[in-house]
Amino acid sequence: MRAPEHAAGHEDAPPVRARGLVKRYKEVLAVDHIDLNVGMGDVYGFLGPNGAGKTTTLRMALGLITPTEGTVELFGRDPLREGARALEGVAGFVEGPRFYPYLSARKNLELLSALDGRGARARIDEVLEIVELAHRAAHRVGGYSHGMRQRLGIAAALLRRPRLLILDEPATGLDPAGMRDMRMLIRRLASDGITVLLSSHQLPEVQELCDRVAIVDSGRVVYEGALADLRRRGGAGYQLHTTDDARALQIAREQSGVEHAMSAEHCLVFQAEERDVGALSLSLAEAGVGILSLTPALATLEDLFFRLTEDKGDGEEPLLAPEDGLDARVDRLVGAS
Amino acid sequence: MSSVAASPAVTTPREERLRRPATLSVYRWELRKLVSQKRTYLGLGLAVIMPLIFVLSQHLRHDHNNRENIFATQITQSGLATPLLMLLYQSFFLLPLIAALVAGDIVAAEDNNGTLKTILTRSVDRGQVFAAKTIAALTYATIAVFLSAIVATAAGVASWGFKHVTTFSGTVVSAPKGLLLVFAANTCYLIPLLTVACIGVLLSTVTRNSAAAVVGTVGITLVLAIVSQIPGLDVLQPYVLTNQYSNWHGLLRTPTDWAPIAHSAWVCALYAAPALVAAYLIFLRRDVAGG
Repeated sequence: MRAPEHAAGHEDAPPVRARGLVKRYKEVLAVDHIDLNVGMGDVYGFLGPNGAGKTTTLRMALGLITPTEGTVELFGRDPLREGARALEGVAGFVEGPRFYPYLSARKNLELLSALDGRGARARIDEVLEIVELAHRAAHRVGGYSHGMRQRLGIAAALLRRPRLLILDEPATGLDPAGMRDMRMLIRRLASDGITVLLSSHQLPEVQELCDRVAIVDSGRVVYEGALADLRRRGGAGYQLHTTDDARALQIAREQSGVEHAMSAEHCLVFQAEERDVGALSLSLAEAGVGILSLTPALATLEDLFFRLTEDKGDGEEPLLAPEDGLDARVDRLVGAS
Repeated sequence: MSSVAASPAVTTPREERLRRPATLSVYRWELRKLVSQKRTYLGLGLAVIMPLIFVLSQHLRHDHNNRENIFATQITQSGLATPLLMLLYQSFFLLPLIAALVAGDIVAAEDNNGTLKTILTRSVDRGQVFAAKTIAALTYATIAVFLSAIVATAAGVASWGFKHVTTFSGTVVSAPKGLLLVFAANTCYLIPLLTVACIGVLLSTVTRNSAAAVVGTVGITLVLAIVSQIPGLDVLQPYVLTNQYSNWHGLLRTPTDWAPIAHSAWVCALYAAPALVAAYLIFLRRDVAGG
């Protein structure tokens, strides 16, 4: 499936651009000045704990709810001002896809294609094939399993030949095989040029699929940028395997700039800046210790996620201070790692 | 989706029409949704079964000296008295209830099921969805009224023949003209009934709860009926919605009295227009977070 070239919208505008989004429900601040920048072709992970404001943000993006403050544009168009026109080339679902349980899958798709126009009806068989529901298309959706409904949700989105796919927890409730298949499908759609905004709790899924992420906590973005950047900045650790690990550990501990050196299984680990790693390797060579391998050990997304979204709760200074800017917060994170 | 990689690619037709869907298309699907739901048939079933029960009860009854109204006195003399009598009996509660069943449900049910957000993220504007839903609710009420009238006419004529009928003013009209008057009377009755449906749509939009909207709609009509009976509030009577239910009586007088019909038209407009405008504005601006 190729992303359509003719879809409406401003061709050079980013798929999603949110500025200062705020959503307040009486005393509850659900979304607190969120900025998002999803670029063309991104597979963009939108991460956060329950209640962080992810779904509310996606609802605002799709024009389902009105922001208290701020704006969101899809391909340069504001869904609040331009209505359905702003959703041209955009598809997806929030809080799980919902269908008419008393209609069959095919009838549901026929209904939605009637609301889409643009020849969507002709694509029904194709999208049912893609999500492998063709053989159950005549059955009522009321009898579908959760996984089948998720797949039908993807089919309903594909009817619109989207350039931007917004998926809120698409793998939630799926069994491992279903989750794997969902990841394969998303990867395939992304490889076909569709921009994907993926809200998820599944950190391995995001780590595997996404190139850029926004991490939200308590309604605020605590990190937005390339996933590789976050991992690089968040985990400046190294693993060292030498011909004499005991001697290497002694040298590492004496080397200035090398911290937290300790033995691990068949290697030693330490933290250091890049220039100090160079100096350590020279010291090892001078001491006649051969380096068998020296590899940077990047923090996993899960490590970083918890560091960004959880206070330590043990009296230590929190990793995040709301008044800090993004860079300052990431710098503090790096310093704390 | 285990064979995603092997599944066929969706092709893009070069000459695809770029027209967005029309409100008529959305309306058609609202009707199809109604046709597919069992609860739709509950109201229509009531509209069908009540005239049948009435006719059956008249067959079982030996004493036909009912002087309650002019059509009751003719019940066994002309089959055309049956639909007029049924309209008289059903117009105050049953038909408004049937109209409320769908009007009160049409927005709220979708909000609760989460399907409202499904359709509002497609290529139709909120205004189109609202218009289609409102017209579908009005269509349903119209169908219920005429279905009931057709069944009552058929059952009445089958039982007591297609004969002349006497109107409120004592004029005897021929059977074909009587049939025309039955149709016209039901058409006039639609004016207040569709107003009730508009109130139902408003409550459905505001409450986001089908039961509350249906009960609320019927409750409003009952309260208005009670208000119109309170001594000292006579001045309000001409403007009470439920008093417009009998607007069709003017058609069955000689000469035809158009005044109650014209009066009910503008009085009902005073109820229906604000209800619809309010519902429309609320629907356009509301946060859709249900389901």
